[in-house]
Amino acid sequence: MISIKNLKASIGEKEILRGINLEVKAGEVHAIMGPNGSGKSTLSSVLAGREDYDVTEGEVTFNGKNLLDMSPEDRAREGLFLAFQYPVEIPGVSNVNFLRTALNEIRAYHGQEEMPAKDFLALVKEKSKLVELDSKLASRSVNEGFSGGEKKRNEIFQMAMLNPKLAILDETDSGLDIDALRIVANGVNKLKSKDNATILITHYQRLLDYIVPDFVHILYKGRIVKSGGKELALELEAKGYDEIKKEFEITD
Amino acid sequence: MSMMVETKSTVTQSLLEQLQKHSGKIAFIPDAEIVSAIRHLEEKGIPNNKHEDYKYCNVEAYIRKEFKSIEQTFNEVTNADIAPHKLEEAINIVVLNGTYNETLSEKIIVKGITVKALNELSTNEKSLIATQAKSDVDALIALNTAFSSNGLFLQIEKSNIVPMPIHIIYVNSNNASVLVNSRSFIYAQQCAEATLVESFVNIGTAKVFSNYVSEKLLDENAKLTCFTYQNEGPLSYSVNTNQAKVSRYANYTNTTITLSGQLVRNNHNVELASDYCEAHLNGLFITNGTQLVDNHTLIDHQMPNCESNELYKGIAKDKSIGVFNGKIYVRKDAQKTNAYQSSKNILLSDDATINTKPQLEIYADDVKCSHGTSTGKVDEEALFYLKARGIGDTSARKLLLQAFAQELIDKVELDSLKEKILLEFEKAL
Repeated sequence: MISIKNLKASIGEKEILRGINLEVKAGEVHAIMGPNGSGKSTLSSVLAGREDYDVTEGEVTFNGKNLLDMSPEDRAREGLFLAFQYPVEIPGVSNVNFLRTALNEIRAYHGQEEMPAKDFLALVKEKSKLVELDSKLASRSVNEGFSGGEKKRNEIFQMAMLNPKLAILDETDSGLDIDALRIVANGVNKLKSKDNATILITHYQRLLDYIVPDFVHILYKGRIVKSGGKELALELEAKGYDEIKKEFEITD
Repeated sequence: MSMMVETKSTVTQSLLEQLQKHSGKIAFIPDAEIVSAIRHLEEKGIPNNKHEDYKYCNVEAYIRKEFKSIEQTFNEVTNADIAPHKLEEAINIVVLNGTYNETLSEKIIVKGITVKALNELSTNEKSLIATQAKSDVDALIALNTAFSSNGLFLQIEKSNIVPMPIHIIYVNSNNASVLVNSRSFIYAQQCAEATLVESFVNIGTAKVFSNYVSEKLLDENAKLTCFTYQNEGPLSYSVNTNQAKVSRYANYTNTTITLSGQLVRNNHNVELASDYCEAHLNGLFITNGTQLVDNHTLIDHQMPNCESNELYKGIAKDKSIGVFNGKIYVRKDAQKTNAYQSSKNILLSDDATINTKPQLEIYADDVKCSHGTSTGKVDEEALFYLKARGIGDTSARKLLLQAFAQELIDKVELDSLKEKILLEFEKAL
């Protein structure tokens, strides 16, 4: 699905990713954990194509194509989805209009015709149930006046609508109470299939009780310093990040 | 320096001479008023950028460059030419090249309104003309007063609530360079209520300078909701002065949508002349090429307990220039005034310019006044969010600009006009 090799990225003079290697296959769920400032969000931003970062080295292949050469919109059209840590409020653009435009541009990219309005509305209805999102929110402006939980559920709702191959959930658990977390995790689990993959980026182990990963990677100072199965998350939870910091302190 | 002065007066003088050659007798303005208008015009001269209120809008230079000689010749216009500009749910009235045209206008099928050409007014009606827009205030009002054609008088009679919108279409049809001085007087009597749309269109084939003056008088308890739709195209240069006087408990709204025109200068002057009245001025413009759209508003709070709101938004592309200058006077007697003003703008190119200037002059001590202005680029965070969902750059920007403008387009209460604006706005993007 996605193959990341020696990925290095910086913002201005500061190098944040210092050679990431990661291989994710269809059907897998990977969790990337790490302390604050380890580069978790930078990794998701670089993969989604945010222009604030300079990729200085390395390559990323997404379904056989060079991901780093693509515009953010083409990455999305190829099936990459980033659930934002801080979903953006866009006053004046309705959720429905936004999603219809997105869905149809993705379809056009694949040479498909626009989705008939009736089918689209049926899909909105079906998918909003998945994350227990009030259908009224669909007609409101994108994320405007949404609570923190509603924003995160809206991200997963969009993911359900666009049906990506690879979903990167950037701290989707942050700011969620336990009920909202359960709803969001439920949604993600229901969307899981043997043909798609998920990368969970998180600080806490909590989310992984609900979405069980196949692999856990620990990101520290811009490198994946340790990989393992789901038990690694529990170990991390027990020991805390200080242990990791001690073990992998990079002097520079 | 003396050369400069000479050139300046030459522009005004040459314009005066040419207009005098073409002008007929104006029956609806007293001769003395016309003489004084010409005097004011000569004294002040056509405004240029040395004039504080026309700092960004050098009307004199436009006239010097584009209207050296004016021919005042017009194409004939038929119903078919007007048809696309009509609004189906409104009574459509046509002012052609500054003159009220009864043949092209629709029959007035509702009671309680009077529509007349200005030179058909009764003595009482005539006495209203030029009481609001004063020649000594602005040389362009003086120019209009001295040379205005046979414009339109619209009166909504006492206690009448007009059941359908009234749509005045100002049409220019010149085939050579012209200067049109169009004039209207809109009078909403006590407790009268009406929705008025004023559309400005140009179906001519040559450059036109339109100097519109519209006087609007609202008696006690009257409500006048106006929509101004300006889409005159690249041959058009216009100055549009709206002089409104609002009486006790009356409510005046004007929402101006400007989508084209090489030069569009709007002067919206409102006198809140009695207590408990209100005014709402809104505006949306989009400029491209080398267009200049300059919105000047003046809200004069003269008496206590009045309210005014202003919301202006602009989008400037290419090398175009947008201006918002909003002046609010709160006079000594105008205690308990509420006045709000907001101007938000988006620049779409490095060569585009937006000038905004809020001007608050407050002489009362118990008032609530606020203003805010912002000018920036399209929100990059929002843009990335849309792109990250597969929406391409062009459509993402379009979505965001439409969203930016939506708040103002939504103020348009007529469906057919709103649809037209949405369509034309999208074209202008």
